[in-house]
Amino acid sequence: MSIGSDPRRLAPTPSQTVGPYFGFALPWPQGPFVVPEGTAGAIRIGGRILDGEGRPVPDAMVETWQADAEGRFAHPDDPRGAVEWGEFRGFARCPVDAEGLYSILTLKPGPVPGPGETIQAPHVAMSIFARGLLQRLVTRVYFGDEEERNAEDPVLSTLPFGPDVRSTLIADPVDGGYRFDVRLQGDDETLFFAI
Amino acid sequence: MDEVERKAELGESPKLWPGPGQGLVVPGYRRDHEAVDPPHDWPDYRGTILRHPKRPLVPIPNTLSDVTGPALGEDRVGEADFDLTAGFAGEPQGQRLVVHGRVLDGNGRPVRDTLVEVWQANAAGRYWHKVDTHPAPLDPNFTGVGRCMTDSEGRYRFVTVRPGAYPWGNHYNAWRPAHIHFSLFGRAFAQRLVTQMYFPDDPMFPYDPIFNAVRDHQDRKRLICEFDFDATTPEWALGYRFDIVLRGREQTPFEEAH
Repeated sequence: MSIGSDPRRLAPTPSQTVGPYFGFALPWPQGPFVVPEGTAGAIRIGGRILDGEGRPVPDAMVETWQADAEGRFAHPDDPRGAVEWGEFRGFARCPVDAEGLYSILTLKPGPVPGPGETIQAPHVAMSIFARGLLQRLVTRVYFGDEEERNAEDPVLSTLPFGPDVRSTLIADPVDGGYRFDVRLQGDDETLFFAI
Repeated sequence: MDEVERKAELGESPKLWPGPGQGLVVPGYRRDHEAVDPPHDWPDYRGTILRHPKRPLVPIPNTLSDVTGPALGEDRVGEADFDLTAGFAGEPQGQRLVVHGRVLDGNGRPVRDTLVEVWQANAAGRYWHKVDTHPAPLDPNFTGVGRCMTDSEGRYRFVTVRPGAYPWGNHYNAWRPAHIHFSLFGRAFAQRLVTQMYFPDDPMFPYDPIFNAVRDHQDRKRLICEFDFDATTPEWALGYRFDIVLRGREQTPFEEAH
């Protein structure tokens, strides 16, 4: 199982698809709620998962992970010290419906320190799982009303693509929150990351 | 002596983190999973054809968003959730199994207190899911969902029944080898893993495009559990062992010095 010369080094277990039959096992009623309904300042982030023919994917699942409104993480590896979160979980899991729609309730994250002296614009990390995806796809949700911070963001500002591709990472402000569609394939394909 | 020098002399951090000229250095997770994971584009598995991105993934360094992750579990895992055979009026059909193992990271360290979720078909190869139309019987005493937390050594344990193989529409006479789905979080968004555990010597292996999407034979072997006589319980259940390795973190200079 070891790799190379370091005997402690173990090769990772490979990924396999989540398949079509996770719906009775992984979702749970509070899954889509990073914060409980009625939380002051809560926003919805929602949209549609679409395939290479522009059709809704009816059997996908979205997971999100993000900082709190101050840009901090409830995690021991945040060097500023982990914050204690009350009902803010940082994480959401939402299966899509028959129309490919997901929706989570959360708080908009604050800016997060990036590599070196950079500051990352507010963003939400997103995983997409589905039948036909042999490993998850990872993208990021940035916010369309954060133009200045987005312009300084170390990821957004160094993409090897033009504004059309960059725009696939930007959620549009809508009533009550933001709209973020994910196109798995095609001319307007969402940008996905290797993290 | 200015304020910064004075504080430095006193051994205090001259400025709130991140300090001037220091910046933030986050040790990331190694990318050795990229060599073992199946490709997104794998036409033998027809479901990938319209769902794989055609633009290459853009590599980005791990940031705080990636090296942190949710601590799920306490509110989601009941005492009996490790036992997929419990909580029903009667015993499920099928061969009872103990499936156990350890969750380690790529540096060989146990991943403690992390949520492990499993789901599977019943002994006849039918899922408790409305989309599954395979004409095999549902079992009123088995839904096939389990959860548990790893202990301080990274160990987990489930009690279940052996899942059946089942047909799927991918190609003529297509059957999935028997498998149990696993979902793991580790301690970082970068470590998230969803996979499937297979059983030794399954005759369906050569025909299954999902299993074979893991291109290297040695890597595929790590998806197969081992019969475990020590975990086999007399008069009750067969034991199988399945260890899971999540991505390991790049060594920090501090650790390398040891």
